[in-house]
Amino acid sequence: MAATIVVNGKPHHLTLPPDTPLLWILRDELQLTGTKYGCGEGQCGACTVLLEGKAVRSCITPFSDAVGKRIVTIEGLEENGRLHPVQEAFLKEDAFQCAYCTSGMIISAVALLSSTKTPSDAEIVHAMNGNICRCGTYPRIVAAVREATQAAKKA
Amino acid sequence: MSTIPDEALASEAKQHEVTSILRCFELERRDFLKLLGGGVLVCACANSLAQESGRGHGEGHELPEDIAAWLYIAENGRVTVYTGKVEMGQNIRTSLAQQVAEELRVPMDSISMTMGDTELVPWDMGTFGSRTTPTMGPQLRTMAVAAREMLVGVAAQQWNVQPSALVAADGKVTNPKINQSRSYGELTHGQKLVKVVEGDPELTPATQWKIAGQPMPKVDGTAFVTGKHKYTPDIQRPGMVYGKVLRPTGFRATLVSLDDSEAVKRSGVTVVRDGEFVGVTALNLWSAERAVAALKAQWKAPQQISDRELFSYLKANADKGESEPPKVAGSVEKAMAAAEIKLSQTYTVAYIQHAPLEPRAAVAEWQGDKLTVWTGTQRPFAVRDGLATAFHIPTSNVHVMVPDTGSAYGGKHTPDAAVEAARLAKAAGKPVKLIWTREEEFTWAYFRPAGVIEIKSGAQRDGTITAWEYHNYNSGPAAIDTPYNIPNKLIQFHPSDEPLRQGSYRGLAATANHFARESHMDELAHAAGMDPLQFRLKNTTDDRLSAVYQAVAEKAAWGKQKSTMGHGIGIAGGFEKGGHVATVAEVEVGRDKSVRVVRVMEAFECGAIVNPDGLRNQIAGAIMMGLGGALSEAIRFDNGRILNPHFSQYRVPRFNDMPQIEVVLVDRKDKPSAGAGETPIVGVAPAVANAIFAATGERLRSMPLKSS
Repeated sequence: MAATIVVNGKPHHLTLPPDTPLLWILRDELQLTGTKYGCGEGQCGACTVLLEGKAVRSCITPFSDAVGKRIVTIEGLEENGRLHPVQEAFLKEDAFQCAYCTSGMIISAVALLSSTKTPSDAEIVHAMNGNICRCGTYPRIVAAVREATQAAKKA
Repeated sequence: MSTIPDEALASEAKQHEVTSILRCFELERRDFLKLLGGGVLVCACANSLAQESGRGHGEGHELPEDIAAWLYIAENGRVTVYTGKVEMGQNIRTSLAQQVAEELRVPMDSISMTMGDTELVPWDMGTFGSRTTPTMGPQLRTMAVAAREMLVGVAAQQWNVQPSALVAADGKVTNPKINQSRSYGELTHGQKLVKVVEGDPELTPATQWKIAGQPMPKVDGTAFVTGKHKYTPDIQRPGMVYGKVLRPTGFRATLVSLDDSEAVKRSGVTVVRDGEFVGVTALNLWSAERAVAALKAQWKAPQQISDRELFSYLKANADKGESEPPKVAGSVEKAMAAAEIKLSQTYTVAYIQHAPLEPRAAVAEWQGDKLTVWTGTQRPFAVRDGLATAFHIPTSNVHVMVPDTGSAYGGKHTPDAAVEAARLAKAAGKPVKLIWTREEEFTWAYFRPAGVIEIKSGAQRDGTITAWEYHNYNSGPAAIDTPYNIPNKLIQFHPSDEPLRQGSYRGLAATANHFARESHMDELAHAAGMDPLQFRLKNTTDDRLSAVYQAVAEKAAWGKQKSTMGHGIGIAGGFEKGGHVATVAEVEVGRDKSVRVVRVMEAFECGAIVNPDGLRNQIAGAIMMGLGGALSEAIRFDNGRILNPHFSQYRVPRFNDMPQIEVVLVDRKDKPSAGAGETPIVGVAPAVANAIFAATGERLRSMPLKSS
């Protein structure tokens, strides 16, 4: 199937089987490798991207469902060379170890903060529970999301 | 330099499967010396250092045995450090740079670490066994001191003063008398200065550290929060195609027949068959997956055991090959006969998976008979050697590069993905990228060994342990000896036939052995009617162990807060690989027997702390990971197949498993720095098991802990 998807504000016209997962389109066709493969089954969250502002697992989102939608990946969060407040917060809290999960974590957090301005710790845990950090950096990730909330309040 | 007895190192290496040839060819190093321009190059022959520190040759050496370049200071003042260690989340890119910056007296940001590139860095055994901090740290510090002393010497000549009259700081040598400074780059004056280090120059004591010993964030954090860092699966090469391997239907299966007629019809697909190896290449990963699915293969596999028979199998098949004799002191038999309290219990641990979030992956590229491979591994040189063997080419024809990797936890020692990618690339005549699926990870990687541990013990009513007989079947000998003073003991590891492919895992068997030992210590304490903490302190004279016990007890207000029905507090501790740890867990157990760990407190001491922030991160992470093995992780298998090869079936800790975590660091600036990637995990499972007992009166002796 031939169709256009819009990633980080840029349209891309692609001819691919309709069941091709969005993850592999981003990584292999568009060279946007910040979005990671972790399980291919929507169980780990490493491949999370924003689709119309909502967090989705790109590994189980087929091409056919992404057509015509606005998609934002980790590469699309910076604005005018400035990091997104969630990215800043992850740096400030040193909220990673191997950091392979980080893109997905940040995207999930961005989605959460766009729908809930000041989430409680319980809401953060609930919203992020589909994202695995095998290194176990969870306490710092929660602290980073909290930090981003505070930063947004001040801004 | 770091010293570790040959025997201990050999045993450690064996547990990490280091059975391949431990040679080092360093021909390319000499080419490298020629390539560099002006500046300072610091080399060392580890051999002389090793001899001085009492270490011998042969199997189990950690550092290269011939001359190698470790550190280069360019004329612009940039410092490049070369190490065969790899970064996989344990934060050594930062902590090693801190140590070099400290000794060289340069700012952190002037340092670049070149890691895990077999053509640029000195040979290295591998990144495992918590060896980076105790071995590579002092090694690089030694190189940095040598460079600094050399530069001070050059400055002393230029100013015609004694070196002792000069001060090195902030990348400059200063002559305070005339108030003049010259940068390291200026001092080299466009010449190439090569310093070969001999002996052990004096290192800066931890009490005087200014950069080391400070909390330091990950050096290249921005590359990770922006998604710009290239892990192995992110590497792109011109003309690259994607590989995929056809996996057998079960372990030990052999290929009976293969029909690839449908797969080869697909556009851009090549099918590769080489003996039992079958794989495809395709223009993208999705097509490769679908092409493999279109292969029709028949496999034949022998009947194999299931996890239900696992523990009886391990015992029945023990000691068939080589077994070490038991470690014996006194007479367990006599002491048992005289003991007032006697206990005998069996503990088990399940097979578990590392499940690193970045799966095994490799990109391989041939140019003639020269092979270049990018792969996430803990052992770049062993992978290089494995590739050379697999393709019958000299190791000098193989170049392995290890991008900072999405974790490993002891699981990325073997060259599997690299060999597969290289085989496919050879057939395709193009660079090949291969990424294992999660299901392949859960099935075809190796596992942390399952094990059975039997303990018989005797004690006096006053809480003195008098007898200790300990048998570990299959899980491993790491931390098998007890840290408690017991006059009569017999301790033995019994290797067994391995029903599943098994290998190293964070902390090796120290987790299983601490689980069994510290659970049993709790049982003995209760049998003697003593407080579990006081019982442990009574039976140890190890000041460092006592210190972490006391530190965690203070944090937990141990003894003030009592366990009640459904709410329990447990303690466990020990030492391994230079790290001393004590852990307190607080659990809530529901009426349905569900266990929730609400708080974990851990005191940890690993000598002089290099990066307290990184250390806290490691410890909290180890606690989280330890909760998985303690409560939920177990590989289920039957007849050569894994029954739960998905995250939906194999629960790793998630956000909602997170307890409140409190870490107490004990900084011993008078002791050498030890590694911390492993030992913080060992106390978690027994502390949780002991807390469950305190909450319910039920003693759980199998990991993962499940109420019957």
